[in-house]
Amino acid sequence: MRLALELALAQLLRRRRQGVVSVLGVTLGVGFFIAMAAMMQGFQRDFVARVIDVQPHVVVKDEFRRRPAQAAELAAGPRAAVELRGEKPVDEPRGIRGARAIAAALGDMPGVAVAPNLAGQVFLRYGTREVAATLTGIDPEAERRVGNLERDLVDGSLDALHAVANGLVLGEALARKLGARSGTTLSLAGTQGVVLKAKVVGVFRTGITSLDTSVAYALLAKAQVVLERPNVVNQLRLRLVDPEGARDFALRVEERFGYRSESWQESNANVLGIFVIQRAIMYSTIGAILVVAGFGIFNVVSTVAWEKARDIAILKSIGFRERDILAVFLLQGLLVGVAGMVLGWVLGFLIVAFMGSLRFEIEGFVRLQGFVLHRTPLHYAASGAFALATSALAAWIPARRAARADPVDILRGAT
Amino acid sequence: MSDRAPIVAARGVTRVLGGAVPATLVRDVDMEVAAGEFVAVTGPSGSGKSSLLYLLGLLDRPTRGRVLFDGVDTAGLGGDALAALRLARMGFVFQFHFLLPELGVLDNVALPMRRLGRLAAAGAEARALGLLARLGLADHARKSPDQLSGGQRQRVAIARALANDPVLILADEPTGNLDSASARLVFDVFASLAAEEGRAVVVVTHDEELARRATRRLRMVDGAIVPSGAPPAGTGAAGA
Ligand SMILES: Nc1ncnc2c1ncn2[C@@H]1O[C@H](COP(=O)(O)OP(=O)(O)OP(=O)(O)O)[C@@H](O)[C@H]1O
Ligand SMILES: [Mg+2]
Repeated sequence: MRLALELALAQLLRRRRQGVVSVLGVTLGVGFFIAMAAMMQGFQRDFVARVIDVQPHVVVKDEFRRRPAQAAELAAGPRAAVELRGEKPVDEPRGIRGARAIAAALGDMPGVAVAPNLAGQVFLRYGTREVAATLTGIDPEAERRVGNLERDLVDGSLDALHAVANGLVLGEALARKLGARSGTTLSLAGTQGVVLKAKVVGVFRTGITSLDTSVAYALLAKAQVVLERPNVVNQLRLRLVDPEGARDFALRVEERFGYRSESWQESNANVLGIFVIQRAIMYSTIGAILVVAGFGIFNVVSTVAWEKARDIAILKSIGFRERDILAVFLLQGLLVGVAGMVLGWVLGFLIVAFMGSLRFEIEGFVRLQGFVLHRTPLHYAASGAFALATSALAAWIPARRAARADPVDILRGAT
Repeated sequence: MSDRAPIVAARGVTRVLGGAVPATLVRDVDMEVAAGEFVAVTGPSGSGKSSLLYLLGLLDRPTRGRVLFDGVDTAGLGGDALAALRLARMGFVFQFHFLLPELGVLDNVALPMRRLGRLAAAGAEARALGLLARLGLADHARKSPDQLSGGQRQRVAIARALANDPVLILADEPTGNLDSASARLVFDVFASLAAEEGRAVVVVTHDEELARRATRRLRMVDGAIVPSGAPPAGTGAAGA
């Protein structure tokens, strides 16, 4: 093996320029792999962490996934064939029936905290500005158990909701859109025509854009007034000790109580779906770079093998076996791969370090100050494995041809 | 002829090269070479001398007939077994020296020893130096092959052929591009390898004068071996 390595190295050094180009191809592939993976995974993990941190893990809503059974069907029983004409749907009064009992049952489960809410559309007016928002009526004590709203307050307090007649806590971006801040009195209009004067007693910033731009909190009782839904609760917000299990938990809750229960994964399915696409794009881009690098390796090994036909004949006449020759040329590809991998690691490390040093503000799904980077040895291992596999594969084809070459054919051609 | 058992023997060996127009390179050859013999193969250009050497050296396989090495029919041996035989038992010298340009002179000679792995690195180096000295190249061991003259390179190739102490040495026009003094030196080496060390030596050559120094001469015409004492009427004795 040492002999094969020495021969491989000696032959490769004869093709220095081509070798360097191939090495650089692998270097770029590996370097960008590490940089892009750090950036993308960093961002995605950050997003998920924030969502888990800020949003309820499961929301039980006053909706059903399946259309509720209709009057005629109810009368005829589930197995009967019923034709419905001009039916009138059973008009469910919106809201979660028996919300208190359900909340109590959920709250008794280990690792589960519950807060009842009423959420609905409202208009906030201040001066000439009018902005649509989601008003969520909360019970501050329960809310503390299911979220970190209090921590996310940049101004004011939750307790102040009790202190004034109609207190409101606004998302920072929403407040900015209205031109309002703590202490501002604005008017709060429900869709049924109720209009109240309300005072801003707090401003929060979660970092999740969709919340910060469109959510306002008030006491549950006040929200029920504005939305004209006395005593109604249309959401139960749950926080779990194990957020990863939210999907299964939501399924069980829905099965038991019938109401649509959304896990945070489902609520953010669009964003998580984009992440999947992002990952696909990243891996195909890196795959393309590595394929190009693979062609470089294929090229250099083919060239050497072609140039070295005579040497192959000599080695075979001396008594080198096919697999010895194969090893010599395969090792050339692997040498390129290893060199490219190590340089790529350095490049990737440097790019990540550089990106980490940048500071800027962007607002996408979340609000960021610079890149969130996820650094893990796994990226180095994965990119290295990719690089070596590509190199071995690219070298394999010409190496096998070289190993199988008939020395007599070569000798006949040469003399 | 020797009364000893042959190292290598051809029995009715024919080699036909397929293709649009099949060419018969070697035709029904029967021959054997025993230890201690120095056999010279002569014949006109294109008569199949090189082709015969590839067959005896187990680099090529016959279309018909058998090649026996040490009494064993080589038809039944796989590529690895043949490679092992070439490595440990044979030495090749080609017309065009064929050294590996990436390796130094010493490394070229030591290469078969390292592949065989019987000697440690230091032992292989010492032996390679000894072989180079024997061929008058002691001073050139540390050079690269392209710093040597054609004749010197040819002698390095011979030293390499001797690396693993082979019982059979096959040389294809080893003096083809040597001056007459170098050619004589090379033939002296081959003669002593056979006579004094008991190896079997087969040398293809165009040089009739040198061929006369062999213990036995084979003449090839048109792929077949013809009686050397009495060349067929009308054929030029001097070859090509
Ligand atoms: N690739 C090939 N295709 C067809 N015929 C070939 C091929 N190579 C060699 N030959 C033919 O095979 C025959 C034997 O060739 P070989 O090289 O064995 O002869 P040789 O006696 O060694 O000649 P020389 O003295 O010139 O080296 C020649 O007639 C040659 O034309
Ligand atoms: Mg020839």
